[in-house]
Amino acid sequence: MLKAALAATGMILLLSGCTAERVVLLPNESGESGSVAIFSAAGEEEALLDRPYTEARIAQGGGASVGETSAEAVDAAYGTLIEDLPPPPRSFILYFKVGTTTLMPESEPELDRLLAEASERLGGDVQVVGHTDTVGAKETNDKLSEARAQEVKRLLVERGLDPALVRAVGRGERELLVPTGDEVAETRNRRVEVVVR
Amino acid sequence: MLRTAIITFLAAACLATQANAEIGRVKRASGDAFIERAGARIDAAPGVTVDANDVLVTGADGKMSITFIDNSRFSIGPESRVTLDRFEFNSTTHEGDFETGVEKGSLAVISGQIAKEAPDAMKVRTPTSILGVRGTRFIIEVD
Repeated sequence: MLKAALAATGMILLLSGCTAERVVLLPNESGESGSVAIFSAAGEEEALLDRPYTEARIAQGGGASVGETSAEAVDAAYGTLIEDLPPPPRSFILYFKVGTTTLMPESEPELDRLLAEASERLGGDVQVVGHTDTVGAKETNDKLSEARAQEVKRLLVERGLDPALVRAVGRGERELLVPTGDEVAETRNRRVEVVVR
Repeated sequence: MLRTAIITFLAAACLATQANAEIGRVKRASGDAFIERAGARIDAAPGVTVDANDVLVTGADGKMSITFIDNSRFSIGPESRVTLDRFEFNSTTHEGDFETGVEKGSLAVISGQIAKEAPDAMKVRTPTSILGVRGTRFIIEVD
């Protein structure tokens, strides 16, 4: 046991003696993999990691050597670091009655889900962005979208969310969910988009 | 009338500054973990905001994790020093620039909308190299 520990320590010392840096590519949350390109300080591409569990070890003076590692080895070395990555942000859309800050009845359960998600998360913060359709003047819609966002914030705070964790802004009719011409009534554009991080 | 206009303008200016400043929030922190900002030390705790140019620092028993406004996520291990050198993000187009430096320690990254929108728009600098991030999850360790 002690011997194994000593051997492991020796191994680590040995490895740290010859490599200064290590980059390990992991699979994405979706299972597929992206890539990481490694450039020298001078900007020359030295290596490309594009398969999960490939790694690059970079010596103190630069120069990357690419090799294979495994899920088990990565878990042993970096299990806690990976587990501590925050969960993916989650999006919600709430819909409103024409020209008002009144939630559509079918959006009520979504508001409950959103509140549950935000309260569950450690340090969970909430971004609330209000939108309108293209009916009416742009200035009026700016105010309406802002009022919708503030109403959602009010509802969340009323149900116990810390106001310091909620940011609410209005985007008027600038970001349509469903593209339309001007002066077009569209239910799906009369919305508030919420991201819980 | 003029007074209302001035107040509205000031309120808008405040909001704009605030919106520009916050680039992320601490989600977890434990042990010796703090944020260096303009010479001051701020204890890292869940909900604390992170700004561009902050330096994230952990001691021997410290760690912290952060979610950024483009949905990028960091987990920082013990004995680390991570600099947030540049963060620009357009929440409508998802265009942006995100440059981080790992001076020492360990960092796990899940890239977000900035890296998804343009390859290499997210970069991580280490003492020897520059990493171009192309929509992925990875780990960096600097001895």
